Amino acid sequence: METILEVNNVVKQFGGFTALSGVNVKVHKGERLGLIGPNGSGKTTLINCISGAFTDYQGAIHFNGQDISKLKAHERTKRGIARSFQIPRPFSSMTVMENLLVPFAFVGGKDGPEQQEEAMTILRGMGLADKAFVQSNQLSQVELRKMELARAMAAKPKLLISDEAMAGLSGNEVDEVLDILFGLNKLGITIIMIEHIMQAVMKFSERIICLDAGKIICEGTPETIVKNPEVQRAYLGD
Amino acid sequence: MISIDLLFEAVLFGILLGCFYAAVSLGLSVAFGLLDVPYVAHPALLILGSYFTFLLSKTGLDPIICGLLLMPVFYLIGIALYRFYYETFERRSSDTGVRGLAFFFGIAFIIEVCLILVFGVDQRTVSATYIGSSLEIGEYRFPYRMLVAFGIAIFLTTLLTLYFSKTFNGRAIKAVGQDEGALRLMGANPVKIKQLAFGIATAVNALAGAMLIIVGPVEPAMDRIYIGRTFCVVVLAGLGSMSGTLVAGLILGIAESVVMMTLGASWAPAVSFGLLLLMLGIRPQGLFGR
Amino acid sequence: MNVNEYIFFAGFVILQFVVLATAWNILGGYAGYVNFGVPAFIAVGAYSAVVLFKSISAPLVVQIIGGGILAGLLGLMVGLLTLKLRGIFFSIATVAVVFILETVVMNWRYVGGATGLQLTRPPDLWIFDTYTRMLFFVMAVLAVCSVSIARYIQDSFLGRGLRAVRDSEEAAECSGVPTLKIKLIACTISGALMGVAGAPMPMYLSYIEPTATFNLNYSISALGMPIIGGTSHWIGPVIGALLLATIQQIVTVTVSNELNVLVVGVLLVLFVVLAPDGILGLIKKWKQSSK
Repeated sequence: METILEVNNVVKQFGGFTALSGVNVKVHKGERLGLIGPNGSGKTTLINCISGAFTDYQGAIHFNGQDISKLKAHERTKRGIARSFQIPRPFSSMTVMENLLVPFAFVGGKDGPEQQEEAMTILRGMGLADKAFVQSNQLSQVELRKMELARAMAAKPKLLISDEAMAGLSGNEVDEVLDILFGLNKLGITIIMIEHIMQAVMKFSERIICLDAGKIICEGTPETIVKNPEVQRAYLGD
Repeated sequence: MISIDLLFEAVLFGILLGCFYAAVSLGLSVAFGLLDVPYVAHPALLILGSYFTFLLSKTGLDPIICGLLLMPVFYLIGIALYRFYYETFERRSSDTGVRGLAFFFGIAFIIEVCLILVFGVDQRTVSATYIGSSLEIGEYRFPYRMLVAFGIAIFLTTLLTLYFSKTFNGRAIKAVGQDEGALRLMGANPVKIKQLAFGIATAVNALAGAMLIIVGPVEPAMDRIYIGRTFCVVVLAGLGSMSGTLVAGLILGIAESVVMMTLGASWAPAVSFGLLLLMLGIRPQGLFGR
Repeated sequence: MNVNEYIFFAGFVILQFVVLATAWNILGGYAGYVNFGVPAFIAVGAYSAVVLFKSISAPLVVQIIGGGILAGLLGLMVGLLTLKLRGIFFSIATVAVVFILETVVMNWRYVGGATGLQLTRPPDLWIFDTYTRMLFFVMAVLAVCSVSIARYIQDSFLGRGLRAVRDSEEAAECSGVPTLKIKLIACTISGALMGVAGAPMPMYLSYIEPTATFNLNYSISALGMPIIGGTSHWIGPVIGALLLATIQQIVTVTVSNELNVLVVGVLLVLFVVLAPDGILGLIKKWKQSSK
């Protein structure tokens, strides 16, 4: 299987605190990878290093064979890495459509009627078509989460990182978002999912990586992870 | 070349001046450094404190006493201001950055213009037994008013540092800037804590304002140059560092004093603002910041 | 000066504020970065004009272009220094620039230093009856140009990117927006336009001196006008400037100079608290409710 993302020995420190101490990950093209770990284990820090929110880490990150370690976030987005945020960050003064037109304009280079059509297709796939011209600060929580994913899609990513997209959603809403992610993966997009909702992660992931205190403590299929005593200890404490 | 003697005197004076600048910046260190409020109106409130001290001292009270008496009043003003700021700006999302900044900028201007309309543009001073004479040690003369300000400055800084490290509320204030969530879990109300902090910051301004008018004459437009001095101290110290404020104040005080002696008083404003820009360029987290 | 001339005289000031408010809004309204140091850019424009006029007797057009270029460079430098940091540090840095430049100018004898410099207007009036009328026309042209630039930016990719940066810089960066580059462009253009507004001032007054040129009162006006008019659209600063600058002229002539700053300050605070979308926002709300 082809490797789309390679994280090599990444170390990230904040002053005296080491958030990541030598993380190694290989992500395969088209894979559905789950990333779990207790609060503070370094999941979001790892994602921030991959997406380019942080560029001052040690180690290297390769995407599609190229070293992207020194690239800024917007340059990585242009190469094909997209992400959603734990707490949705809509462009609140813009409509849903305008939100999507931003990545169309800056990643794809065009924001004309063709792109608006494409945007509508994306929104239809998420069940947001009827909200296309509503101002984004009027959306409900689950709609905001979907818009985050729609906006990430508008950047035509090869790798999508979903950062706790389902946090705080009801059972039905979780399934809606899960369906969307499955659908995106079928289109060939590699997906890394960070989630606390275990059923969702188990259902979705082909492989799961568990982080604790900045280190990977376990890696494997959902079945093996669930039985792993390290994982249980990390979540439940000693 | 400048004589070593004059330089030494400038440095000594700079130490006194620096402690004064540190004390005057304490309120900002709390409001902006700890609470992240874009409190550009801080210098204006400082000058307001000076003018209130001026008014109150007309009753014959010593200016320091006036400053102390004004502290509870300013505490309430601070609480009201923060409450208002919080309800109007921090609560709502969208571009609160611009609105909050514009709000405090507007308040600063309103205060300044009102002071001009009421008191005119002339300088105001207060009188006290210690203003006008100096302590002479050997060849050096230390104006008593500077020593008094120095004393108050040390007192205030020590008081605040102890408060923030020893009391529950004080430590909560330090924590709220870094992790509101944890504070909530402990049962403390972050908004009330921030309100308290802002009240303290503004109360400190009352005493600092008294110090300002003791040290020298005051005029309404002085808030403009104090934007430079106070923000310089806070940025130099690093956001969130109380003890760093004293060190930063000393650096600024000595720098300004030496520059004034060598290049002249007209270069004074450039020192604080220049130092500020320098820090922002090379080390924005300050000397001791988080 | 007779009444007729005064109208052109005051009109020059009002149009100057149209340029300043429009310029401020490009960075402040569109991108969300608040420039408190407006007089620094105006002064760079004005003093560049003085230097060009004194050294090579440059015509007004050259003075204006020179002022614009240097003020734009100042914007770029301040941006490079602080736009990587949080918004408030940018704002404080802009105040710092005012005082530092003022101190430099006060000690620069060539441009008059602290006492200022008298200037003799050149005799060339082109097609106009008086120099004041010509300056009024020049400022009108500059106003039209700056508004056109603002309008162009608003409707372009740059405008879209700036709005994204203002709403959420993190999300913008992850949506492919080169946030630093875009902010620097906006800062440079904004600074350049403010410099352009300042360049004709020495000729307008036949005089230049630092205290009035570097006066922070310009800041409260330049940011009050777009906020009161409405920051999301290019017409907001125009409305705000025309309205407020006219009120200011009336107040200055009838009551006092201080009061006109108070008027702007109070209106600014009122609008920021009660009507954050400015007059444009109020009009929109009124239209929606009367449907």
